[in-house]
Amino acid sequence: MTTITDVISPGTHIAVVRARPAGFLHDLAAIAGRALRAVPRDPTAVIPPVFIALFFFVVNIATLKKVTGHHPGFSYTAFEMATAILLGVTGVSRAPALVLDVQTHYLDRLLLTPVRRTAILLGHMAADVSVAAVLTAPILILGAVLGVRFAAGPAGIVAFVLLASLWSLAFAGFGYAIALKTGNPAAVNSAFLLFFPFLFLTSSYVPRSQLSGWLNTVAGFNPVTYLLGGLRSLVLGTGWQWGQLGEAAAAIAFVGAISMTLCFAALRGRVKRSSQA
Amino acid sequence: MTTAIRARPGVTGNNRQQAASEADYAIYARDLARSFGGVRAVDGLDLEIPAGEIYGFLGPNGAGKSTTVLMLCTLLAATGGYAQVAGYDVAAQPGQVRLRIGVALQDAALDPKQTGSELLQLQGRLYGLSKRDLARRLAELGELIELGDALERPIGTYSGGMKRRLDLAASLVHNPEVVFLDEPTTGLDPASRARVWSEIRRLNQELGITIFLTTQYLAEADELADRLGIIASGRIVAEGTPAELKRSVGTDVIVAKVEGEPGRARQLVAAVPGVRSVEVHGSDLVIAAADGSAALSPVALALADSAMTVRELTMRTPTLDDVFLELTGGHIENKNTEEDSS
Repeated sequence: MTTITDVISPGTHIAVVRARPAGFLHDLAAIAGRALRAVPRDPTAVIPPVFIALFFFVVNIATLKKVTGHHPGFSYTAFEMATAILLGVTGVSRAPALVLDVQTHYLDRLLLTPVRRTAILLGHMAADVSVAAVLTAPILILGAVLGVRFAAGPAGIVAFVLLASLWSLAFAGFGYAIALKTGNPAAVNSAFLLFFPFLFLTSSYVPRSQLSGWLNTVAGFNPVTYLLGGLRSLVLGTGWQWGQLGEAAAAIAFVGAISMTLCFAALRGRVKRSSQA
Repeated sequence: MTTAIRARPGVTGNNRQQAASEADYAIYARDLARSFGGVRAVDGLDLEIPAGEIYGFLGPNGAGKSTTVLMLCTLLAATGGYAQVAGYDVAAQPGQVRLRIGVALQDAALDPKQTGSELLQLQGRLYGLSKRDLARRLAELGELIELGDALERPIGTYSGGMKRRLDLAASLVHNPEVVFLDEPTTGLDPASRARVWSEIRRLNQELGITIFLTTQYLAEADELADRLGIIASGRIVAEGTPAELKRSVGTDVIVAKVEGEPGRARQLVAAVPGVRSVEVHGSDLVIAAADGSAALSPVALALADSAMTVRELTMRTPTLDDVFLELTGGHIENKNTEEDSS
C-alpha cells in the first residue's frame, strides 16, 4: 500500500503547500463552479420548469388569443411570452441541493474551510442567474417561431433575459432562506407556492385594464405587475420605455431585498448552530 | 441560554508563565463547556495536548466526544470556557484555526454527486492552493487513498470504506498541523480499519501531525493513542497513557459469571489474599488482583464456599473498559459496537 509518507518526504516539498485564504471572488467562483457542474447531473431541477412554461405559453395563446381581441400593434403571443418566461425561471435555484448539503453534512465540510460564508450562498446564486438566463432560451426561441419580435431590438432581448434572470435570483432567495432555516427538501419545494399569488393576482393573462375592480387594486400592490410591464415594454412598446423598465427593476429590488434579508439571516443562523451534536 | 465564550485571560503578571505554556500545546482547553437547552453535553473540559501527539478521546455514545470536536474545529460555539488550537483562539480567531486543521467528521461529509477528484479539487481551491500545488497534492492523495480510477466516479457509487478514505484525504489536502478524526473507523470492515490505523500512525510519526482521535473502540484507542482521555457525561474521568490507565485498576482482572445474589460471594472473595477489589456488575464479579495467577485458585475456592453456581471463571489483563467500568460503573462498548469491531 502506498502511504502519504511514501510520496511526501517530510521537510521537502510538503513545506511549500500551505493553506491561505483564497479571496472572496475565488471562493465565489469555486462554489458557483461546483453548483453549475451539478446542473446537468440533476436535470429534473431544470426540465420541468421549462416544460411547464412552454406548455402554458402554447395553451394560453390558443385559449385566450381570440378573447383578447385584435388591436392594432398588440400581439397576445408577445404579451404572453413575459408570463411564460416568469413561469420558466421562477423557483429555479440550487436551494434543494443546499438542503442536501445540510443533510449530508457537506455544508459542514465547506464551513470547516476558510471560505467566506457569504460566498457559499452567493456562489449558488451566481450559478442560479446563469441557469435562469439559459432557461429563457427555449421560450425566446418558441416566441420567435410564433412571430414575436422585440420592439427594443437585439439589446432588448438582453434586457429581457437580464430582468428575468434577476427576478429568478430575487425569488430564489426565499428558497435559500427556507433551505437554510429548515434543512427540509419538501419545505424548499413548497417555496414555489409563494409564487402563485404573485402570478395570478396580476396581469399574467390579460392586460391590467381588463382586470375587475378588486383584482386591479390587488395587482397594483403586486410587484410582478410591474415586472411584467417592464418585460412587455421590450416586446410590445415602441422602443425603450425607461419608466416601465425602472418600475420593473424597482419591483425586483423590492422582492430581492426581502428575500435576501431572509436568506442571509438564515445563513447566519445555520452557521451559528451548524452541526449540533 | 447561550452565553459568550469566556475571554482569554490577559498576559500579565502571574499568568504570563501559563500563557507561554498554552502556546506550546497543539490543543489547549480550559473549562470548555457546551449546553443544549438544559443538557450539558460537555461539562468543564480541560485539555493540554502537545504538538505531535496522538490523543485518544474515548467514551461511549453520547459522552460528548463529537460535541467537543465540533467546538475545537470551530463548527460549534462553546457556551463556556476557552479553547485554542494550533496556537489560535477558536472563538476569536476561527479563520486562523481553520487554515491549520483538518477534520474528518463522524459522518463522512461528502457530496454524492461530485466525483472524488472534484471534491478534492474544490477543497484545495478553498484552501487557496495554487494550481501546481493542488495538482501535486491530488496526485499524492490519490496514491494515499488508493482509489485509482474511482476518483473520477460519483462519490455516491463508493463503498463505505472508500468514502472514509476520501474523507480522510479531503482533510489532508492543505497539510494541516492538527487533524481531528471523529470515529474514523466506525462502520469499516477490519481490513479497512487496519489500513486507516496504519495511516494515522504514519501521519503522526513521519509528518509530526497532531491527531485528536475520538473513538468508542477500545482496541483503537489502545493501538493508536499516545495518551487517552476517557470521557463520560461530558467530563474527563481519567487521563493518561493506556498503560497507566490500565495499571490504575490492578495488574490482573478475574471475572466470575455467577447465578444468584453475589453479596456473600463478594465478601468471601474480597478476603482472599492478593485481591485488591471486588465489584459486582450484573451477574459478573469483577475481581482486581495484583497477581491473577496466584489468586485464581483461592478465588475459585472462595466462590465454591459461597455455594454459588459459577458459570464461567476467566482471568485477563485489565482493559480500558475495566478502567471505564471502575470509574463510571458502565461499559464503553455496547453490544452493537462490539459487533462492529469484531
